[in-house]
Formats: sequence, C-alpha cells, structure tokens
Amino acid sequence: MSINRLKFNHHLFCQFLLTLSLISFISFGSLAQEDAAAPEATDAGLDPALVSAGESLFNGNCTVCHAINEKVIGPALRDAHERQSEEWIKAFIKNSSKVIASGDEYAVALYNEYNQTQMTAFAFSDDELNSIIAYIKSESAKPIEAAVATTTSADGEAVSASSGVAGEYITAILIGFVVVLILILIVLFLIISVLTKYLKENKELDEEERDLVGQEFSIGQLAKSNAFLGFVTFFFLAIVLKSAIDGLFTVGVQQGYQPKQPIAFSHQLHAGQYEIECVYCHTGVNKAKSANIPSVNICMNCHSAIQNVGGQTGMSPEIQKIYDAAESGVPIEWVRVHNLPDLAYFNHSQHVKVGGIECQTCHGPIEEMAVVYQYSDLTMGWCINCHRETEVNAKGNEYYTKLVELHDQTSKNPLKVQDIGGLECSKCHY
Amino acid sequence: MSETKKTYWKGLEQLTNNPEFVKNSEGEFPEFLPISGDEENGPNRRDFLKVMGFGVAAASLAACEAPVRKAIPYLNKPVDVDPSVPNYYASTFISGSDYCSVVVKTREGRPIKVEGNTMSPVSGGGTSAQVEASVLSLYDEQRLQTPMINGSASTWDEVDSAVTKQLGSLGGRLVVVSNSVFSPSTQKALDLFLTKYNAEHVQYDQVSFHGMLAANEKSFGTRAIPFYDFSKAKTIVSFDADFLGGWLNHTLFNKQFAETRRLSDKKKDMSRLYSFESNLSLTGANADYRTPIRPSQEGLFVANLYNLIAAKAGAPAISAAKVDSPRLTMAAEDLWKSKASSLVVSGSNDEAVQAIVNGINNLLGAYGETIDWSATYNTRKGDDAKMAKLVNDVSKGSVTGVIFYNCNPVYDHAMGAQLGEALGSLKFSLSTSDRLDETSASVGIIAPDHHYLESWNDAEPVKGHLSLSQPTISNLFNTRQAQSSFLTWADEEADYFEFVKSNWAEWYFANQSEQADLQMFWDQCLHDGVYTVPSEEVAESPVFAGDLNAAASSVSGTYSADGSGTELILYANASVSNGIQANNPWLQEMSDPITKACWDNYLTVSPSYASEIGLNPGDMTTQKVNVSVGGKTVSVPALIQPGQARGTVGLALGYGRTKAGKVANGVGANAYPMADYSKGYQNLKLVGVTVENTGESYRVAQTQTSQTVMQRGNVIQETVLSKYQDNPYEGREMPQIYTSEGFKKPGAITLWSGHEYPNHHWGMAIDLNSCTGCGACTIACQAENNIPVVGKQEVLNRREMTWLRIDRYYSSNTDLVENAVGALAKNAAMEVAADNPEVTFQPMMCQQCNNAPCETVCPVAATTHSSEGLNQMTYNRCIGTRYCANNCPYKVRRFNWFKYHDNSEFADNTSMNNDLGKMVLNPDVTVRARGVMEKCTFCVQRVQAGKLQAKREGRRPVDGEITSACSKACPSEAIVFGDLKNKESRVAQLLKLQSNDEGEVEVGEPRAYHVLEEIRVDPNVWYFTKIRNKEKTEA
Repeated sequence: MSINRLKFNHHLFCQFLLTLSLISFISFGSLAQEDAAAPEATDAGLDPALVSAGESLFNGNCTVCHAINEKVIGPALRDAHERQSEEWIKAFIKNSSKVIASGDEYAVALYNEYNQTQMTAFAFSDDELNSIIAYIKSESAKPIEAAVATTTSADGEAVSASSGVAGEYITAILIGFVVVLILILIVLFLIISVLTKYLKENKELDEEERDLVGQEFSIGQLAKSNAFLGFVTFFFLAIVLKSAIDGLFTVGVQQGYQPKQPIAFSHQLHAGQYEIECVYCHTGVNKAKSANIPSVNICMNCHSAIQNVGGQTGMSPEIQKIYDAAESGVPIEWVRVHNLPDLAYFNHSQHVKVGGIECQTCHGPIEEMAVVYQYSDLTMGWCINCHRETEVNAKGNEYYTKLVELHDQTSKNPLKVQDIGGLECSKCHY
Repeated sequence: MSETKKTYWKGLEQLTNNPEFVKNSEGEFPEFLPISGDEENGPNRRDFLKVMGFGVAAASLAACEAPVRKAIPYLNKPVDVDPSVPNYYASTFISGSDYCSVVVKTREGRPIKVEGNTMSPVSGGGTSAQVEASVLSLYDEQRLQTPMINGSASTWDEVDSAVTKQLGSLGGRLVVVSNSVFSPSTQKALDLFLTKYNAEHVQYDQVSFHGMLAANEKSFGTRAIPFYDFSKAKTIVSFDADFLGGWLNHTLFNKQFAETRRLSDKKKDMSRLYSFESNLSLTGANADYRTPIRPSQEGLFVANLYNLIAAKAGAPAISAAKVDSPRLTMAAEDLWKSKASSLVVSGSNDEAVQAIVNGINNLLGAYGETIDWSATYNTRKGDDAKMAKLVNDVSKGSVTGVIFYNCNPVYDHAMGAQLGEALGSLKFSLSTSDRLDETSASVGIIAPDHHYLESWNDAEPVKGHLSLSQPTISNLFNTRQAQSSFLTWADEEADYFEFVKSNWAEWYFANQSEQADLQMFWDQCLHDGVYTVPSEEVAESPVFAGDLNAAASSVSGTYSADGSGTELILYANASVSNGIQANNPWLQEMSDPITKACWDNYLTVSPSYASEIGLNPGDMTTQKVNVSVGGKTVSVPALIQPGQARGTVGLALGYGRTKAGKVANGVGANAYPMADYSKGYQNLKLVGVTVENTGESYRVAQTQTSQTVMQRGNVIQETVLSKYQDNPYEGREMPQIYTSEGFKKPGAITLWSGHEYPNHHWGMAIDLNSCTGCGACTIACQAENNIPVVGKQEVLNRREMTWLRIDRYYSSNTDLVENAVGALAKNAAMEVAADNPEVTFQPMMCQQCNNAPCETVCPVAATTHSSEGLNQMTYNRCIGTRYCANNCPYKVRRFNWFKYHDNSEFADNTSMNNDLGKMVLNPDVTVRARGVMEKCTFCVQRVQAGKLQAKREGRRPVDGEITSACSKACPSEAIVFGDLKNKESRVAQLLKLQSNDEGEVEVGEPRAYHVLEEIRVDPNVWYFTKIRNKEKTEA
C-alpha cells in the first residue's frame, strides 16, 4: 500500500495544482483561441464567404485524399489553378474518368503518376466548385511555413504556457505562506521570551507560578507525552487508512493504460495531422453501442494507395501488416484500451449522435496520441459526475421537446441529464 | 361481487390442506438447504471465513493487474452488419410437421431470438414455446458435425459417391420417409429424386390426422384439412381437439379464439366454448363448459350431437346409442342458435367420427363461414396405412432401401421398434437427421441437414399462402441442406437457393402483376417472409357427400355409452410436445401449463382413481406405476390431475428419448410405442389398460406448490358474461380500508409520496380472458433475458429461475365443501370439486409496483425506482440479503442460489455451459452471478433500445415499437405493453386512462384490477377480469 500512498499524495498535489490553475487555464485558453482565429482574414482578392464555404466543402470531401501542401493519395493542390484552367479542374472533379477517357494528356499523366487510382466523382454544383477553387486559391496565397505552423502549434503552446504560469503562481503563493508562517513564529517566540523575562523579574509570584514560568522547553519530554503520541498515532492511522481506501478504489482503474498495439498506428498522424474524421473509421459511433475498431477493408480504402509516409520510399513495415492481414485473412488483434466492466451498458450513439458529445470529452486529446492511452478513469463516479453536469442536447430533437417544456415550468436551470433519469441504475445496468 | 363464493386452489395439496404442503407453503423457500458439506466433518463457518478472507485478498491482488483483452474487428466488414446492432430477418420455422412464420433477431451474425412475423396470415404473428425455443436447438452440441458412413465421420464427396453408387445398384424398392412435406420446392426436389430412382414417398405425422384426412376425402373429395376460422365462431364445440394447445395450427387458433373472447364496452359479446375431453387440456381449461368423457364414449357423443342438430334441422337421424348429457343438449341448442357462426372440431383420428363432425358442420352451414375449403392446410398429410405397411414391408424384406428425411420413426412411431430392428438388414439406409438419434443410429449413411435457421427453403402451409426461409447464420457444422443432397443425388444442379428462386420465378412471379422485376419481387417476398398468391374467384365450397349411416354404424361398433375399465389417452403437451426438440433444456424445464410439472412425463390420474390404485401423494412426491396396454408396459410416476375424466389416465408423448442428447436422454418414458394401429390408423386412445402401483417413491418436479395466494380473494377476479353485460364492474373485488373518516379506497390513503413520471410510464395490461395459458411468453422471456435452466433437482428445491410464470388456479364452489358435514362428506365434496374444476391462467411477473415493498427493505439500494415507473434491479449492487424477496407480495423475485454458468454441475443449462450454447445469450443482458436477486425488468434493454432509436431519429417512440418479449410472443395478444403517458397507446386505450378532478390519472376500465389491491403497492400491471360465458345460474 505504500506505493499507493505515494501515488495518492502525488495525485492529490496534482489535483490541487490543477484546480487552482483552472481559472487561469480557461482564460489563457480562450485568449489563445482568439489569437489563432486572428490571421483568418488574409486574402483581399477573394470573397471571404466564398472561401469559408469552400473550406468547409474541402474539409468535408477532399481531405481524405488531398492536402494543400503535400501529396496524400492525390496530388497537393497548392497552385492547382495555375497548373490547369478552372474549367478543367471542374470537369475533373465532376467526373475524372471522363476527362481521362477523353485522352487529356495532363489527366492521363496524373492518373499514371498516382498508381492509376481513380478519383471519386463528385456531383458538386458550379457554385460549390467555385468556392472550392476559391479556397484553394486563398490557401495557395499563404506562405507554406506559416500555414503549417498556425494549424499545428497554436493550441498546444497556449496550453503548456497557461499551465506553466499557473504552476508559478502556486509556488509563489506557497512560498509566501511559508514566509508569513515563519515570521509569525518568530514574532510569537519573541513575545513569549519577553513575557517570561518580565515574569521572572516579578517578585510577587508564588511557588507554583514560579515553577511554571521557570519551566524549560524540552523536545524529549514533548515526544514522550501521551497527548503527542496519541496525536501522532491518530494522524498516522488516518493517513494509512485513507490511502488504503483510496488505493482500493483504484483497483481495476486503468487510467493511463497504454498497451503496445500490434500495429504502430498513430492517431496523431491520422486524426491530428491529416484531420480524418473519427467517423470515417469508427463507423459505429452514430448508430451503435460499439464505436467499432475499423476493419481491414476500411484501412485499405486509403492504404491501397498510400504505402509510406514522410517522403520515404517502399512499403512501410507497419502498413505491410495491414496488407498481410488482408492477404492471409487473419484479422488484426488490437489490444483493447477502454475496458468497461460487462455489467455496465454504454452506447456510443446515445452520447455522440444524440448527446452531441465530442470524442475528446471522454477519450482526451486523441488527435495528439501517437499511441492511444486511456484518458479518463472510466469509473462510475466519473460517469455520474458528467451526467450531473451535462445539459441535455435537446435542441432540434423532438424526443425532448415536451420534457424541456415541463422542466422549464418548474426550474430555472437548464435540463441536465440527471433531470431525465440519467442517474438511475437501469440506465446502464441490466 | 360474485354471489357464490369460490375457492381457488393451485393443486390438490392445497385443496385438501396436505400438512406437508401447509408447512412448506409458509416459507417461500423450503427449510432445508441442500448445499453439500455435512456439519461434522465438512468445512465449517470458520473455514469459510478463512477462505473468504484469502479470497478477498487474492481477488484484489489479482485485480491490480488487468487482463489484456483483445478487440478483433472484421477483416472485411459486411455492409449490413454492424457490431452491436441487431439485424432482423424474416424466415420460417419448420419442425416435423409444424410451421410458424418468424422474424429472427441476429447479433453479429448469430441468431439470438425468434419472434413471430405479424405479416403472416397463417401463424398470425404469435409464436409457441417450441418456436421460441428453437434458437437454442440451433446451438445444440449434440448435433452431428459431419456426415457419417457406417458410424464413422466422413466427407460429403464420399457420401455422394457412396449414395449414387449404392442407389445405382439397388435393384429393389426405395422409399423416402418423412413427416408432412409442405414446402413446394422441397417437394419438387424430392420428386426429382424419386423419379430418378423410381422411389416412393411415405409421409407420417407424430400425432396423426389420418382420420380427418380420410373423412374429408370421402365427404368432400379432397384429402386435406380446411382452413378453420375460430374468430368467426360464436359457439365452438371441441371433442378432444386441443386447438389451443397443440392441434394443427394452434398459434393462429389462439389468436382467432382470443378475438372472440375480448370484451370492451363496444363489444359485449363473446364466444362460448364447449369441450368434451378426457385429459384436462388447454382447450378444456379455457372452455366455458367442460365435460369429462371417456374416449370410448367420444364417438357416441359426436353422433348424439349430430342427432340433436339433425332434429332441429329436419334431417334424418343416424342410429346411435343415446348418451345422456345435459351439456350436449345445451351445446346443440347453442350451435343451432349461432348456426353458421358455429364450429365443431374433433381431435379424433377415427374416420367415422370425423365424418359425423363434418355432417354436423354441414347441417350448421359452417362451410364457407367458419370453415373455408378454398384454403386448405398442407401441414398434415401423414397416411397411417401407408406408413404401417411400409414398416411391415421393411420387416418382410420387400423394401431394399429407405431414406429418412428429417424424421425419426424408430422413436416417434408406434411401430418404431419393429422398424429399428429391420433397419440393419436393409441394403441401403440413409438419414438426414441432425443428430445421432434413435433412427439414424442404425442407418448406413447419415447426411445431416442444416438447422432451419441455416437453410434456404419455402413453405406452403396453407394453399395459396407461401412463406420463405432464409439462413440467418452460415452453417455451424459440416452439414448440408437435405434438399441440396437430394438434388445432387438426382444429378441436378445442387444450389438449393437458386432452385427455390427459379421455382418462385416460375410459379409465383409469373402469375402476379404487382412487381415487374423478378429481383424486386424476390426481395419483397424475402423481406416480408410471406407471400399470398393473388386469389382468383372464390371457389364454391365443395358439397358434403359423406355417408353418415356407414359412419354411424362404425361408431356404434367402436364406442359404447358407458365404458368400463381403464382407458389411456396419449397426448402431446405444450412444452416438449412431439419430442423433436426434446434435447432443448428450455422446453424440458418449462412447466406444463396444466400440471405445472417439468422434466418428466407422468400418468395423469383423477383423484378417485388415485385412491383406487392406492396412490399416496405428498408434496411433489408420488409413486411409480406400471402402465400396461396391448402387451407394452411403461413405468412412470402417477400425478393426480383434477379434471381428469374418471376411469381414464393420460400420458404425454415426446419423452423417454434415448438418443436425443445429454439433456433429454432418460427423461421420462416413451409413450409412442403404446399407440394402437390395429384399426388401420394411429389410435392414441387405448382401452383395456392396467395400472399397477409399484409403491416405488418418486419425486415429480412441479412449480405448482410454491407461491400460493393464501386464500386472498382478489388475485383472480371473475364473473360470467350475462352479469358483466349488466354491470361491467361485476366480479371485481374492490377492497375498502377503514379510516377515521369512514371507508376509503386503498388508493386514497397512503404513506407514500408517489413518483413523478415526466417522460415515460411503462405499464402492462393482461387480459385474463384472452390468456389461454399456452406458455409461449415464458420461453420468450427465458430467451430474451438469459434466464438459466436449473435442472430437476433445483426445481424440486423450488429454485426455478423463471421471471415470468403462468399461475394456474383451479376453482370450485366453496359452499359445496364448507357445507358438507363430517369428514367423509367433506372428502366426497372435495372430490366433486376436483372432478371438473374451472381453470384460470394468470401470467405473473414483477408488477413494477409504484410503491414497491422490495425497494424499501434493500439495505444497499440495489433495487430502486426509475422515473419511468420501472422497479430497477441492479445486480452489481445486490449483496443477496433476499429481504426484497421476503417482502414481495407477488413472490416474483428469484435468487441465484448457485453459479449457473460455466458450472459442470448445471450441464443441463446448455445456454451458459458450453461455447456453442453461449452463442444464444442476449449480449445486452447481464448473465447473473451467484448470490444476487433477479426479476422481471419489463425488458428494460428493449425499452432502452427503443427509446434510443427514437432519439436518434429525433422523434417520440411510436406505440408498439417498444414492447416486452412476453407481449411480443403472445399469440392471443393477451399481454399488452406500452407507455401509459402516451394517450394514444394501446395500453392506455385499454385501461381508459383519464384524469380525475385532482389531476391524477385514473383507470377507467371497469374490468381492470390490481392483484392484492388492498395492500396498495400500486403495480404497473393491470389484469382484466376473467369472464366466462356461462349461464348466470351456474356461475
């Protein structure tokens, strides 16, 4: 249990730090976001509305295969409008196979360069195509380094800075406390010695009082006194007991669990750098209890074309494992990171589709994890706490309309999950 | 309030106040705790604590290191399969000669639940216990895993070459034996095979309809069974036809019958059912007037009824000895009153009796009304004479080869023993049986067929009404569709799917105009599971042309008005039925709706007969008796059955399997060999029976003697129709509680502050008038909620785990017994009461009380109330104090005395004790551990799933989309589940929910009541009074 005790103390300290730094964290965080948002309005030559419409279309449809500055499955699109006419680009997006079939030289070259991978046909309207091209133009106008730097580092730096500042505050406050306490002690000691000196000189004291005043302070005596021993024993037992109980509560809690996976798959790369939507691979989140670990055929949607990263050549040994699985027919045995006990029923679609909860709320900064670890402790207390605090995502969902009306008649607080039975046993246990 | 006082009793033990019964009934559980370990030498409490102490330490240490769990995704995810999302496929249950159109729920590609297909006009959307249990039979470990040649495992190539080689050089008669084949494509495949090898096809049914088929052939020129519509009948007379229990198409008959029994303020009329029978069957139990008769009288009763009707119709009488039965006269009056809205059915296999029944229906004008000849049943085609001849031919050696297509005649045919002996001498014998059963054990080649859940097939149970079977899982073992085997052997293209599809293209797609595209047509049929051939003009009902005088003289020769001696009636019960699925533990542990016994068959005897043979019954103890007839003897326990006709005894078929598998082998005795074929047809009603009490003590596991109602008057509330018509509140017991302000309704005074239900409020209405007690709901509940099977010994210990039980109460007139003076007279009066009691069925599950007594006593808050009116049971919180069970007035909480899963002591619990069986478990429901309480949850997993579906689609749930498993299974729609907050829901409509002056919601339906209303636990389950269509004076 001693290890647990240490852990616990450390844990408590961290918690203390975190709580105190929360306020500063939030304010700094929001400041940082504003900073990140600031350099948006750049290009004067393009309609900002058109660019932003194009951006959302681009992110929703194109990013699986394209990026502005680098090759993904398809070519990098920086300055695409300068390489070909807008009409050509539009025709190619609408039906690339038609363009290739027409014998267009550039298109055929492109087709062969990219392993004869056919680009999916998109039924965009001309306005939509214009907006996408406008977005490509606006992105192409930005300098390369700046574009990369702003997207990847702004948030991260803000977070580390804010927690650094908070930590300094705490230390300063603590040092201040200690200094004040020491000063108080010194002052008290001085007062006592002055008073004792005065009393000793006073002749009117009787025998008993004289003894009291003449008493010498002895640490040995103090250590042997019953009161002190009792006091120490009590504190010792209390601490042992508390850490034992806390230790028992952590049994089976796997927070931070980060097992080695059979394939060194990086969410940082896929979800972070390439910004692939979570749902693209985890197809169950919106309709099922299980989010689904992607099957090999989903991996192969992209990896049939992508065989390496970072400009290297040849087949990456990790990607080779997907090919091996597909060829041998033996599925990949991933190690489960999040293990809820069998007695608890959890449904992803309830939380993601109905509740509108972000994946990161429970899974943490998944887009920054090179190897996935369990971010939340996944204890019942953690679940319940969220159900107490979270408002029901009732907007636009007819299921909740009357419930909200009913709730608003009796309460000024927003409708929380706990108000519609979110704390009841049979919501998760049956 | 009813004027005559009735006493309700669960069994004779209670009626006679057997001291042992009284002692045991006082506690919920019996005193003894038969957990192994004796007091002196075995482990004692200290040892237990030591072990426990170590156990806790070890467990917490072990728990520190979490086991590595794998998540293995699909390699190629099928488009329509998402892990954790159930898929539903329409299919068709075919077992022996039985049929049901079903919808199969699959999870991750494995079937876990079978439910009724509401689109089917033939099975009506309900199921039966056998249908519900069939999903577990799929995962039976005893199924054959490979084809076999001469007792050793083989391959399909070897089988095919062996079969074609042997058949090519057979040189004698080849016969294919099967149960009734009603699949057109199967028949075509068989025909191709039969033509190729010049073979014959003989069909038989476990319980034969030969007599009816033969009579219909003579009366109407068609060897078929017409379509009965009980829902159109106002008067029904049944002569031992258990149409609610197991006769022909009981799932639909239950639905039709219930339609005539449902009452409301708009429909205050119901049908009247007369039953003349010997064993107390489900039909007899639901009859308004039940008359116990001897089988030897049956023919004369039918003939006398004919004469009574003929006298009214002015038709000539037939000569038959007169039987004096006031009930028969009454029945004739009622039949004549309702004329064409009448229906007379008989379960007799005697052609003459069936001919007279046809005559009666003809006089009444029932043909074209309640009996429809344009749609005939194909599910019973068995020809007893042909089958008997075949057995004799095989014995004589005039047959050289036999193929048993999915049938087991060595076990389930009376001449099975004879057939079994002769099989060895055949040049060629083959079986497509799914297991090494009594027949296939002695054949040369076994070519095991798929389970129906793995098969493509079609069916035409009723002429013009088609149905498709589709595989819901790829075959678990190296089996092959029998039809493919036949096609292979006939040198045809073996793909049975393509075969069925091309047949449908030719037979049905070509003759319809709604769908223009074949694929669209096929997909639609496959989606619906059923297809009805567009009917041409309504065919004229064939004219009755039976020779009644010949039938009458035959009847006079066979039957006598006053039989003597002992007569035996063999019957198929509602659980194990014909024994095909005997190795299914769910069916074995399902208590018989009438006797409430399980895990055995037994001789049902009347109370008076019991004393004649010196039976000394105790609490679930009895003696074994030797039953002999026609030189055959079986030794079975005797069980006293109130309502059993005097001088008769009953014995269930389907038991005594020797080679069905671990679960069924050795359970009960086989009654099939006792059936008599001396008259040329299967006769299950035997005369000249001797019963000898061996005195050997035997225990029969019954769920009956536990859970009594301790004389409380309002558990069952009932009345008769005429009184109900005058006053809809008739029969209601409305308890009043005395307060300082006078008498008040229990609801008006309460210590409880009540609950608010802002969102949903789940409730259930159970109509005792529609519930026929068939028990389909109990198996549905078992399958849905992962309820363990505990085995016979634990049922004897009163530890069955069923969440939903159907209480069966007998009732009789109290005055009769109470007014009798002296012990002898009292005994005599009790005998009268037990001779022919009234029966009421009451499904009993957790009542989800709003003021739940269990919730208040749980020390750890493991059972709590939800904001949707559910009484929640949280297993992971429960520490097993059992206070809740003690405090439950309905005794619906069940305690896990043992670990029933992964425990070789409970090997019969196959759904939890082997990897194959575990595939049937519902992944959304916890398998409970030892030491926790469990109970009905109102299928909370289905409620949650339904709500989530609605939320995802941004709408409120629609009534009917969320329903409990029991309600879904109920063929008679007696159980209605729904949201009481939704005013449009069926349950709210049935209960006529209305707000009173104080804004409280009250139930406006006069018939709706709570069981034990006076204790004001305020359940969310309402029962509707039982109304019998009896004359006022006989209530």
